Amino acid sequence: MIRFEHVTKTFGNGKRVLDDVSFEIAKGEIFTIVGPSGTGKSVTLKHMIRLLTPTSGRVTVGGECVSEATGKALSRIRSRFGYLFQSGALLAWMDVADNVALPLREKTNLTEGEIARRVDAALDAVGLAGEGASMPSDLSGGMQKRAGLARAIVTEPEIVLYDEPTSGLDPVTSRRIDELVSDLSSRLGITSVVVTHDLHSALSISDRIAMLGGGKVLAIEPPASFIRSTIPQARAFLDAQYVTRRGAWEKTTEE
Amino acid sequence: MTTIREPLSRPEPRNALQRLGRGFADFIAEVGFASTICFSAIGCFRYAFAPRARAEIVRQLHVCAVKSLPVVSVVAFFIGMILALQIGIELRTYNQEALTGSAVMASMLREMGPFMAGLVLAASVGAAMAAQIGTMAVNEEIAALEILDIDPVRFLVMPRMAALVVAVPMMSFYTCALGVLGGAVVSHTQLAVPWATYFQNAMDFAGEKALWVGLFKAFLFGFVIATVSCHRGFRTEHGAVGVGRATRESVVTNFLLILVVGYFVTRLFY
Ligand SMILES: Nc1ncnc2c1ncn2[C@@H]1O[C@H](COP(=O)(O)OP(=O)(O)OP(=O)(O)O)[C@@H](O)[C@H]1O
Ligand SMILES: [Mg+2]
Repeated sequence: MIRFEHVTKTFGNGKRVLDDVSFEIAKGEIFTIVGPSGTGKSVTLKHMIRLLTPTSGRVTVGGECVSEATGKALSRIRSRFGYLFQSGALLAWMDVADNVALPLREKTNLTEGEIARRVDAALDAVGLAGEGASMPSDLSGGMQKRAGLARAIVTEPEIVLYDEPTSGLDPVTSRRIDELVSDLSSRLGITSVVVTHDLHSALSISDRIAMLGGGKVLAIEPPASFIRSTIPQARAFLDAQYVTRRGAWEKTTEE
Repeated sequence: MTTIREPLSRPEPRNALQRLGRGFADFIAEVGFASTICFSAIGCFRYAFAPRARAEIVRQLHVCAVKSLPVVSVVAFFIGMILALQIGIELRTYNQEALTGSAVMASMLREMGPFMAGLVLAASVGAAMAAQIGTMAVNEEIAALEILDIDPVRFLVMPRMAALVVAVPMMSFYTCALGVLGGAVVSHTQLAVPWATYFQNAMDFAGEKALWVGLFKAFLFGFVIATVSCHRGFRTEHGAVGVGRATRESVVTNFLLILVVGYFVTRLFY
């Protein structure tokens, strides 16, 4: 579905963030990207919808090359995506309901009644029922994030990119968001790419986990084998969150 | 759909000549980008009557016209008073202070009206636009619009430009009227020119050409302010510091362009 072919990204200041990255995400899969802060996880997501363009290599979505697409072709590809920004990226002068309704109002011919119904459903799904009339600046960081999530999924796109959907959320709400992600994927067959630092959520919802480090993909494995990984960076990442080779949350010394 | 592109990655210039060349090329590229924004926004005027766009234009118009009314009023009145005082004192040495009204009217209509309205709106409304769009760029809100396939130019620039090209001429006319009134007060109190004489002379000099050329100037300033402020906003990087810089640069560029455009329009018609 989404294919990275030898993607290298060097920024204007000469900083190489992605270095010859190749991988493929299957249709309907929940693909999680983990890695230390600042390794280019958000940069990787942005390449999938051409918010960034590779310095070399290419990115394709369903066979179409997104890294060279412009105009109508780019619009068509982007319309298949929902994107949850790391910062939420809500429009500050509109209330939450208008923010969530924005893609429906601008891109569909639904009636206002139908839009209101879908907005309510989306807000309910992320646990923000009744917050529709609040302004983004009056919400907590975690609530803004969830409002951004509601906006990303309200059109029920084919592919959803989640940039840290559970960061800054309490554990109970985090699990609720995890369930939402896996429910969307199983119920609607949505392909999901999730960037996260939350290993528990990565291990419980993913089909495959990719570990990014130093601009490279260090490993791509299903959760069951990922927790037994022997790659030092992955091991350090797992140990730091008390995940042992036997499973999560057994806070015991090994062997 | 106007894409707001990331800057290209290029090798660092190695010597002064290369730096100069790079600077010039960047300048031309930015002028090109600003023109693209300006002309695409004009192209988007065809969507101006869609209900939501109309509501947004009205909202912007409220900011441009109603909210800046107090500051424009004060500036206009004092400009008129200053003009009348300076000119009147000079004319009195020839016993011609009765002509103060004509001089005030002519200079307000031709230059001071559009010029002052342009400067005040650039410094208040234009700066606010640059800061708002700059903050949106920094918060990835512009990127979010692009992904939702909503053209940032149609969604953000068009309503602001539409509001400004209406508001600057309106404010310019208002500045002229209030300036002439300010001049009347000074002429009457400081120079002892009767009200009727002042206004008689003023109206005799209120040429139609001066009025239309002045309004045309103000109309162009509307495009300038919207384009420059939004362009600077879109190009904002580096967080709050960047927003501050975008705001400052938008005001400086607007002031310069208002002077330059004003001069060339005057050249064209006189
Ligand atoms: N527009 C840009 N210009 C220059 N450098 C950038 C730009 N965007 C990102 N970078 C750099 O790319 C690197 C990776 O950034 P990215 O946002 O992808 O990190 P991340 O893996 O998502 O980290 P986090 O977990 O903290 O969100 C950072 O070092 C950052 O400085
Ligand atoms: Mg990130």
